[in-house]
Amino acid sequence: MTDAADNSLVQFKNVSVSLSNNPILSELNLNVERGETLVLLGESGCGKTTTLKLVNRLLQPSSGEVVVEGKATTQWDPIALRRHIGYVIQEGGLFPHFTIARNIGLVPSLSGWNQSRIDKRVRELLNLVGLDPDRFTDRYPRELSGGQRQRVGVARALAVDPPLMLLDEPFGALDPLTRASLQREFADLSHRLGKTAILVTHDVREALALATRIGLMHKGRLLLLETPDGFRASNNPQARAYQETLS
Amino acid sequence: MTFWQFLQNNWVELVTLIKEHLVLVFISILIAVAIGVPTGILLTRHRALRGPVLGVANIMQTIPSLALFGFLIPLPFIGGIGTRTALVALVLYSLLPIIRNTVTGILGVEPSVREAAIAMGMTDGQVLRQVELPLAAGVIVTGIRVATVIAVGVTTIAAAVGAGGLGVYIFRGLRQYDNNLLLAGAVSAALLALAADFLLGLIERRFSYEGRRKTSPAAFKIAFAVAAVVVVIGAVGLWRYAKTPAAQNRVVVGSKDFTESALLAEILAQMLEERGVTVERRFELGGNLPHEAMVSGTLDLYPEYTGTSYTAILHHTPITDPRAVYEQVKRDYANNFKVEVSQPLGFENTFAILIRGNDARQLNLKTISEAAPHARTWRAGFGQDFMSRADGYPGFSKAYNLKFAEVREMDLSLTYIALSSKQVDLIAGNSTEGRIAQLDLVQLVDDRHYFPPYEAVYLVREDTLARVPQLQEALARLANAISTDEMRQLNYEIDGNKRDPKEVVRTWLSQKQF
Repeated sequence: MTDAADNSLVQFKNVSVSLSNNPILSELNLNVERGETLVLLGESGCGKTTTLKLVNRLLQPSSGEVVVEGKATTQWDPIALRRHIGYVIQEGGLFPHFTIARNIGLVPSLSGWNQSRIDKRVRELLNLVGLDPDRFTDRYPRELSGGQRQRVGVARALAVDPPLMLLDEPFGALDPLTRASLQREFADLSHRLGKTAILVTHDVREALALATRIGLMHKGRLLLLETPDGFRASNNPQARAYQETLS
Repeated sequence: MTFWQFLQNNWVELVTLIKEHLVLVFISILIAVAIGVPTGILLTRHRALRGPVLGVANIMQTIPSLALFGFLIPLPFIGGIGTRTALVALVLYSLLPIIRNTVTGILGVEPSVREAAIAMGMTDGQVLRQVELPLAAGVIVTGIRVATVIAVGVTTIAAAVGAGGLGVYIFRGLRQYDNNLLLAGAVSAALLALAADFLLGLIERRFSYEGRRKTSPAAFKIAFAVAAVVVVIGAVGLWRYAKTPAAQNRVVVGSKDFTESALLAEILAQMLEERGVTVERRFELGGNLPHEAMVSGTLDLYPEYTGTSYTAILHHTPITDPRAVYEQVKRDYANNFKVEVSQPLGFENTFAILIRGNDARQLNLKTISEAAPHARTWRAGFGQDFMSRADGYPGFSKAYNLKFAEVREMDLSLTYIALSSKQVDLIAGNSTEGRIAQLDLVQLVDDRHYFPPYEAVYLVREDTLARVPQLQEALARLANAISTDEMRQLNYEIDGNKRDPKEVVRTWLSQKQF
């Protein structure tokens, strides 16, 4: 266990969150290893998105602490912490008044890169997520399909090559075919780039397809933390219920 | 005179008024944006302030504009008469739409977009500048557009405090019952409002990111060019305003908002100019404005009537001896206001109880007492002034035991037309009104001597009199120089023959060899 802690990028230590006296998250203990894709699975309101937002300090724990790269989030400068972490949300969360190039180049530009380096990086990233730079750089988000927007969202999160990616239901709003192909590409990409990722979903197929480990959450508690195989074999009633929806 | 001829004769003045109007609107909107947008941003950051601040801005807008001008007059620094007061009022009116739309626009930014911005590691300032303001810009410009259109309208009222603008034509047109003036003022103001609405509409589409690609570049360029011209005019106006020298040898002449007062003011103004004094004209000020402006020092002098001073300003009970009234007024003004009362000018402008000439002849009526029995079947039309003052309607109806079938309160200048066109049967006009003969109206004799004497005089600040020796000399010449008939004739030249007041005064002065 001590070895694992040394290799952890993110650690949750006895973390609880309550909003106006309602407990949202109770005593979460969890280590996220470097290079793994941890999927938090659960229905809406189970606390999985809250868990994600604790990592880049969009939220702060009511008690306990969240440690990122050996330092509690409360010790980090929040701006530096966030620029250090890629963040992808449903529909990409793109800025509607920015071109695709400006959306992707946002964090590099905030970090003070010069324009030619940004332009080069944007083309690189568009190629990486499978969009033709010549066709897409000057377009606006509303001119793209949902799947294309999602690819741009991933490209934006990867812009400054952060070690950690947070993804909140990234494929939730897509049609099943697009979703399946994007999931495959994402698994391939994160494996190739060696990124650590925390991904939130309510879709058990997605969890099984992408995860190195699955954390099953229910009513603000982590019920189970298992590899996909371990999850399939589990006797936990909640996990069984998810299993049954598959057949 | 047709409207077209009127425009040809007066276009220089009209353009000046439009320019004044634009400058007022432009400067006030500029200030309102400079205050309103930051305030709106602050309110999005501090929820607790939102209710109170928007509440206050809301109340500002519900105050009728004329009343707001009235409140501002006696205030130091921001009050007084002229451009400054008008600007303060206009800014107060323009704030609400700008603040409200700034708040609505920023809070209307999609929460997921704002969250993404924060999660990308933007500071609060970056979120505001790069995300919230650009996305809210369309809504904010809509607020500025609404404020501008309102300001173009409210600015017409600014003429009442001597700030100029198209309201000068509108007020003058109402007073002189001159449709050309009314049309020129109102139509120009309406066109200005429409043009402002249209131009800002184009700019607004440009600013809302959805519309950015839809606006044709040509249309935007035109809008931008026109906006630039307005900005330049505004800037030049502001510069001139700031550069106006406060000359030693300068006199600010005021007048009330009716023809005769403006005429008397113009007479003295021209005499002073003839004697090398720089004159600033602040004519056509409503209600008690000239008095308050003179006492506060923004005005040096204005024409007044002893009876008005005696009752409306000094609040004495009306008496009928002209000499006693004059002496009392002279004493009180020196003691209370450090204001000198000039020698009487030679005529009285008292309330004239008027009926149609036909009625007077048919019923053989000469005095108010003789007419009293007929009042039961008559409708009376009185100006706001007459209805409210101590020597007006309440005392008058009691003195003659009058009971009318109906009493209508209306604008004084409209009562003459209302009488001659049989909308009403009796009015209280001014004895020197030029249209009395023109409309075949007959003045009934005040046989019970109810109305106090209203001798015309000039009221002058004592320090001005000491500072400008030419003023003494001019006032001495005007003592007992104007008879009632002469005054009626002068009024008629302007109200009846629609001649230019400056021209009328110039001719008269040269006849009199003043």
